Amino acid sequence: MKDVIVRAEKISKIYKLPGEQIAAVKDIDLDIYAGDFISIMGPSGSGKTTLLDLIGCLTSATGGRLTVMGRDVSGAGESCLVKVRRQFLGFVFQDFLLIPSLTVVENVLLSLYFSRQHQDKKRAINVLNLVGLGQRLNHLPAQLSGGEKQRVAIARAIITNPKLLLADEPTGNLDSRASQEVFDLFKQLNEKEGLAVVVVTHNPELGNQAGRVIKLKDGRLAA
Amino acid sequence: MNAITIGFKNLTRKKIRTTLTVAGIALAVAVLVSLLGFDAGYQKSLSGDIDKLGYHLLVTAKGCPYEAATLILKGGGGLRYMEENIFKRIASDPRVDKITPQLMNSVYNQEGAGGKGAFAMYVGIEHSYLELKPWLKFRWGGWFSGSAADEVIMGYEAAEVEQRKPGDKVFVPGVSKVLTVKGVLKRSGTQDDGVIFLPLATAQNIFELPGKLTGVGVKLKDIGQIADFEESLYNEPGIQVVSLAEVRGTILNLVASARAMAGSVALIAIFVALIGVTNTILVSVFERTREIGVMKALGASSFDVFKIVWSETVIVCALGGLAGVILAISGSGLTAKVIRGMLPYAPQGELVLIKGEFVWMALLAAIVVGLIAGTYPAWRASRMKPVEAIRAGE
Repeated sequence: MKDVIVRAEKISKIYKLPGEQIAAVKDIDLDIYAGDFISIMGPSGSGKTTLLDLIGCLTSATGGRLTVMGRDVSGAGESCLVKVRRQFLGFVFQDFLLIPSLTVVENVLLSLYFSRQHQDKKRAINVLNLVGLGQRLNHLPAQLSGGEKQRVAIARAIITNPKLLLADEPTGNLDSRASQEVFDLFKQLNEKEGLAVVVVTHNPELGNQAGRVIKLKDGRLAA
Repeated sequence: MNAITIGFKNLTRKKIRTTLTVAGIALAVAVLVSLLGFDAGYQKSLSGDIDKLGYHLLVTAKGCPYEAATLILKGGGGLRYMEENIFKRIASDPRVDKITPQLMNSVYNQEGAGGKGAFAMYVGIEHSYLELKPWLKFRWGGWFSGSAADEVIMGYEAAEVEQRKPGDKVFVPGVSKVLTVKGVLKRSGTQDDGVIFLPLATAQNIFELPGKLTGVGVKLKDIGQIADFEESLYNEPGIQVVSLAEVRGTILNLVASARAMAGSVALIAIFVALIGVTNTILVSVFERTREIGVMKALGASSFDVFKIVWSETVIVCALGGLAGVILAISGSGLTAKVIRGMLPYAPQGELVLIKGEFVWMALLAAIVVGLIAGTYPAWRASRMKPVEAIRAGE
């Protein structure tokens, strides 16, 4: 029996605007287990990114119950959510969002600093070797290609040994070759390191390579 | 990796903007340090000048105390005169240790200052003048050959400017009198360096002021008797007694308004710099909204973000403070020169005296400014919600 990392029970995210309410995510049930490789697909506005934000404790659900590693984070405050993010989660974004003034290795060490972990440079170098950037340690992000930047972002996300890696359109700004390389890296981390991965993508060619595909439509799970 | 190194590296991203912000703080701190230095330097130099007068009291003709103060320290012509017999009465007082009469006059010399025209200060004295000022030593030559000799003793700078040595002739413009240089004094670092001395009787003769004096310098046997002595001369008609303590106070009063004005400018400069830093860092925070969101996603707490932004402002202000102190120290000579040119009376010596305590005070002030300036931008940054910050601008 695999460990449940995230359990979502009828979670919803409803945005209240003047005169209307928008349900970005509605009544979704989802379990994510250790070793899972899940892709979330769906048309624009279907709630993919909002669901990822909820799973990633970047925002709180307005309804339902969400547990991460057995901890109920439904309605939790930011100080509680930040601890959960530090301990169990890693993030990769479409625009990489590396800190431009920090070198590759410093960007990776930054994650250890915020996670209150020992800033072990050897560990950072090992992780960068794992993602194939061992020769680019002291380069600035501006000196890297898009694919390399995304691999730095992945190294930054996994150096804290998270239980779950969440990637929001990680190949959205990459060409098809770099996209496949990044996806291959996710598969490698999933298969060899046992890291659970959830990827939001528009690209069915890549999304269908995941072990489990979740499709969303209008904020709900599609068939 | 810590908040300070992250903050510092962030600042290096926009080098021109950071440099300009640092320059703003540096200027404000330089003004502050220079002002403190001027305050200390002026007071010290003024005290030095007064101590080197050699007497405790100056008796002058009744008039404006500011004029009297100027007369004591700077000399001056066209002032009021007192009768010489008052000098004799004061000299007979048993409380008096030493006393010296003076007759000052300034004469405009069209050819002075390299043809630009300048005033030359002439002071008629008796030998008692040197007894009151034992630090006045001869570089060349010596005392007058007689009490009414047509001779002069030149102060160090006066002789240097005129290129005169003993035996040379000195023409006194306006009175068509030629006098012989009898001696030249060594540099004393006082106003005496710029003076041309002549025998009191000669001065009274050539300036057509027989039996007149501009002042009488008095040194008492007991400095504690100053108040009593002043009191005893209170009823003497046509004179006033000015103690050196009063002179010090009078001169400081004269510059107090200038100091207050400069102090206000320094405070305004610091306030403007503070607003400038706040604005710069706030803009920088808004530009980095998405990065701040990612930091939070990576596990940064609100306080982590607050510390990073706060560090940036403190670094900017500390660097500005350091640069300002260096600017103030390296420019103190120029500052002193400018101030000297602006003030009606500036004492000899170091006019801008930058003490170590001012440096620490200014650096501390810069850091405090940084802490205050950074509070609002840091608070704004720390309050950003991760998901909204990451998605901002998408």
